[in-house]
Amino acid sequence: MEGKNVIFDFVEILFTAGFWAATIRIACPLIFATLGELICERAGVLNLGIEGIMSVGAMVGWMAVYQGAGLYSGILIAAFVGGMFGLLHAIFSVYLGASQHVTGIGITMLASSLGFFSFKLILPYSTTPPKIEPFQPIDIPFLSDIPFLGEALFQHTPFTYLAIISVVIIFWLINSTPFGLSIKMAGENPMALEAQGIDVLLVRSMAVILGSALMAVGGAYLTMSAFDAFYFGMVNGRGWIAIALVIFATWKPERALLGALLFAGLDAYQVRAQQLAGAVIPYQFFLMMPFFLSIVAMIIAARKTRYPKALLIPFRRGERH
Amino acid sequence: MINFRLEQREYVSPWLVFLAPIGAIIFSLMIASILIVLADVSPLESYIKLFVGAFGSKNAIAETLARATPLILTGLAAAIAFRAKFWNIGAEGQLYAGALAVTFFGTGLIELPSFLMIPFLFLVGALAGGLLLLPLVLLRNYYKVDEVVTTLLTNFIIVLLVGYLLEGPWKDPMSLGWPQGASVIDEGVLPQIIPRTRLHLGFIISIFIALTIWLVLSRTILGFKIKAVGINPSASHHAGIPVIRTIIIVALLSGGMAGMAGVTETAGLKGYLTLDLSPGFGYAGIAVAMLAGLNPIGIIFSGIFLASIYVGADAMSRAMDVPTYLADVIVALTVLSVLISIIILQFRIVFGGQKRDI
Repeated sequence: MEGKNVIFDFVEILFTAGFWAATIRIACPLIFATLGELICERAGVLNLGIEGIMSVGAMVGWMAVYQGAGLYSGILIAAFVGGMFGLLHAIFSVYLGASQHVTGIGITMLASSLGFFSFKLILPYSTTPPKIEPFQPIDIPFLSDIPFLGEALFQHTPFTYLAIISVVIIFWLINSTPFGLSIKMAGENPMALEAQGIDVLLVRSMAVILGSALMAVGGAYLTMSAFDAFYFGMVNGRGWIAIALVIFATWKPERALLGALLFAGLDAYQVRAQQLAGAVIPYQFFLMMPFFLSIVAMIIAARKTRYPKALLIPFRRGERH
Repeated sequence: MINFRLEQREYVSPWLVFLAPIGAIIFSLMIASILIVLADVSPLESYIKLFVGAFGSKNAIAETLARATPLILTGLAAAIAFRAKFWNIGAEGQLYAGALAVTFFGTGLIELPSFLMIPFLFLVGALAGGLLLLPLVLLRNYYKVDEVVTTLLTNFIIVLLVGYLLEGPWKDPMSLGWPQGASVIDEGVLPQIIPRTRLHLGFIISIFIALTIWLVLSRTILGFKIKAVGINPSASHHAGIPVIRTIIIVALLSGGMAGMAGVTETAGLKGYLTLDLSPGFGYAGIAVAMLAGLNPIGIIFSGIFLASIYVGADAMSRAMDVPTYLADVIVALTVLSVLISIIILQFRIVFGGQKRDI
């Protein structure tokens, strides 16, 4: 191989529509999960339950469809179960004021083990994972016919468009609604929120429940749109990566979208570069990239990071801090 | 909403402190029995099967204690870190780092007589675990990069590195295609302490280390500093305690103990490194530490208890057709139940009552 041609091959990847379509596909679960974590943290609650909640969301959404539910009902059921784990998180971290770190780890352990337990209980003898008919790509009229852009942007599944729409909704919710304002105050200055006569604990709990529902939907994307089956360990650290992305996004939904896309782009690129360089560089090093990149992203963001002021601080009624 | 307040307790009876974890265990087993009922079998019979599977024979007890060995060490790793409010969730990666060090040094590179070789392997394993954590604690201290996320992410990187080494340069050519490392030399293998079982010297060593850590935490100035830094870092700083240095020492100790768990598994249980060396011992260590209230002596018992759940659940699952994941559910439930018990110990829950007065 000549040096010039090899470099050309690596650059050429960027000019294939498939690369850009894959970027959006890989970004979707991260978009949901990052938005979910972002809402929790804006309200002052670090939600380390994310990895387990994504896992249980992936299982429940898939299982619902496998048992005969429609695809959209599957998403709703995943969101509901995610919300229930969010409620459990809120009871511990918000109402009882327990350590958010330990609560989150406990919720992750509980959600994933309950998911695996129920999967084995319902389908005890399946050796090859059974499959469902997942969301199919729909071509958006006219737009999908545009050369290159059509294939890259307008031939995705409805679940993918839902991810993009949810960024807009969460952006609006946080920046333009009274509820969004209370969430931000609960995370910055809960005393001031209480002085307004608003129940801080309730606001924080709602944020954690909503955020956890979004995380579960992110998990469900994996089994209902990206793939068609449930595997143990399929979330594979995406939840932890989402927490890094929240920091990278400086707690802003629009930047979360950007971060998830950037991240997914690098991931999609490495998969394609792997096919070119696979003989030289072992595949494990490519798989390490997302985790390295997350740490690098956190280091880059660290200097200008400004955490929500009341993050990790439990709020107790009638106590002065 | 329900109107209640938490009121700080002025006095906590020592009996309550002792009974709290036991209450948490009973509560977890009760909740888990709902799942056993869903599996259509009798909870009582299942728990009896679980108990017999964990303690019913010499072999079962040996197996439980062998399983407790890495759990005690990762439990200590979590406890010492959490005491200083340093959130090391990376024990899984540090365990594998220790196992990598054993494979690098212990499979022929260095040959020493047994009484030197075994301590040497523990030393390099602990160093590997501690050194893996060092850059992350420096990033936390000097760049404010959150250690929870970096330690979690590092776990995935190390496991992939182990996968690469075992499928590539470190693969044992004698292993017939199975990805595993070369065998630890005879001088480095931890001897069995009950003949014809898998219980090895590592168990005694883990108890010895737990006692040492207890002494350090309760009887030395370092232990006092760790406690002070955990309770209030800025007050500690003003009192002249070097906060950053203390946290670095905590990180090295914590990573070191997780690394030693890798040593006991590689040089003790298996004799070589495999990809499935740890079925999540790093994460389960957090449950071990929490159940013991971060007390090193308590960790010996909570480690054995959680090991018995894992070992017993395997036996129960074979006999009763309940998925083995029940063990993971019980462990997760104990973490959450312990949190409730901590709240009960700290606070009195007062329902109703007056609103705060300004």
